[in-house]
Amino acid sequence: MYPDDYLYSKDHEWISVQDNVGTIGITDYAQHELGDVVYVDLPEVGDSVEANEPFGSVESVKAVSEIFAPVSGEIIEVNSKLQDSPELINESPHEKAWMVKIQISNPEEVRGLLSAEEYDEYIQEQSG
Amino acid sequence: MADPPLKKTALNQVHRQMGARMTDFAGWDMPVQYAGTLKEHMAVRKRCGIFDISHMGELEIRGAHAQETLQKVTCNDIHRLSVSQCQYSALTTPEGTFIDDLVIYRMAADRFLLCVNASNQEKDFEWIRQNALPNTEVIFRSNDFSQLAVQGPQSIEILQPLTEIPLSDMKYYWFATGKVCGSESIVSRTGYTGEDGFEVYCSPKETEMIWGRIMDSGKSRGMEPIGLAARNTLRLEAGLLLYGNDMDETTTVLEANLGWICKLKKEYFIGRDALARQKESGPQRLLVGFEMVERGIARDKHPIEMDGKPLGAVTSGSYAPFLKKNIGLVYLPTKCSSLETEFSVVIRKKSVKAKVVSTPFYRRASKV
Repeated sequence: MYPDDYLYSKDHEWISVQDNVGTIGITDYAQHELGDVVYVDLPEVGDSVEANEPFGSVESVKAVSEIFAPVSGEIIEVNSKLQDSPELINESPHEKAWMVKIQISNPEEVRGLLSAEEYDEYIQEQSG
Repeated sequence: MADPPLKKTALNQVHRQMGARMTDFAGWDMPVQYAGTLKEHMAVRKRCGIFDISHMGELEIRGAHAQETLQKVTCNDIHRLSVSQCQYSALTTPEGTFIDDLVIYRMAADRFLLCVNASNQEKDFEWIRQNALPNTEVIFRSNDFSQLAVQGPQSIEILQPLTEIPLSDMKYYWFATGKVCGSESIVSRTGYTGEDGFEVYCSPKETEMIWGRIMDSGKSRGMEPIGLAARNTLRLEAGLLLYGNDMDETTTVLEANLGWICKLKKEYFIGRDALARQKESGPQRLLVGFEMVERGIARDKHPIEMDGKPLGAVTSGSYAPFLKKNIGLVYLPTKCSSLETEFSVVIRKKSVKAKVVSTPFYRRASKV
């Protein structure tokens, strides 16, 4: 379920890091909790984001959820498909529905994130 | 003090077994969604959906002066209501504001059943009792009924095989009593979705059996069980108001744009004078429908602004799954409530443009 080569935040974002560029999305657990996603608000290329600060939001019919940056950096690419097809977040949260790519400014921050196994344990606890 | 335990409908276990997500609604443990709100919403618009609405309250008013008691406490004209007919109405305060909105069923010349909002049932009961004329009995019947709603264009095909009541002969906002799955029930051609459909008042003991039989009957037609989230988006698209959101004890019947249930020609009802005065001077504000012009979903309680000035807040706002638009309801000063008027909804500190549109947002193609 949760790709081994991704890292995860306790706010339910995933990040895949390659050459100091992080691709970020929300996890399958998060999309399931939200329900049908009908709206996405994402930042623009060039915006800078701070670790653990909200950089966008995802809305289902019933709920609004902020998306938090797992690490700090600058937005270098935004998945523009999500604006017209927010349902991709439900259908393919870990792949097609990547949200932004960021140039990571402080690689140290990655260390605080959870592995797939740790995240899986974390959500088991969450769902009680 | 700890909250009292949530009340459960006769179907609580059934919902849980079906994997419904549950929520606290007006003190009831109710299903908020089953398969997903979008899928449920579309099933009702295109095929059919079944709802457990057993949290709704029921009051019975009977006796020689039952009719005149209702004529006094509600703003619609009970004299126009025939036996076997339903009427949408409101219990009004002396100020002409809403104690509750309700549907009145005339069971007999001197006997009525009132379907009221779950959160208001005790308040309504007390209010009617205090204002009842002599020779009128006011009876709390909420524990005697479960309620199921079957809504959507295929409702008749799904429900008819299970009841002796001839459903296609029943007109919109009429009802009949008879057996549903062998159990004595009341079936009305009413609903809260903007679709054709029925509401079934049945015995709590038989509810699980009846739910199961309707589910079986609807399976081949793509019927879905519907949670409260889709119930809300369906009623909002249909421009139907929700007590507590769109009206309450601070808003009058005329401000809520429900002049059609406000029969000022009646000699007397509680709130009549206030409403007659307001009608003459014209209400200062009106509940109107709007849709978002710019990207963004308006939600309940989001503030609104016009020319940078705060003007109040969204009373109901949501994504509309059938229309694929972002819509809502809001009270605007009457002078700036005309169609196409633009204003802003403040969504997480950002002003997003919206405009006044006519309601209902959605109207089904053919009437019953």
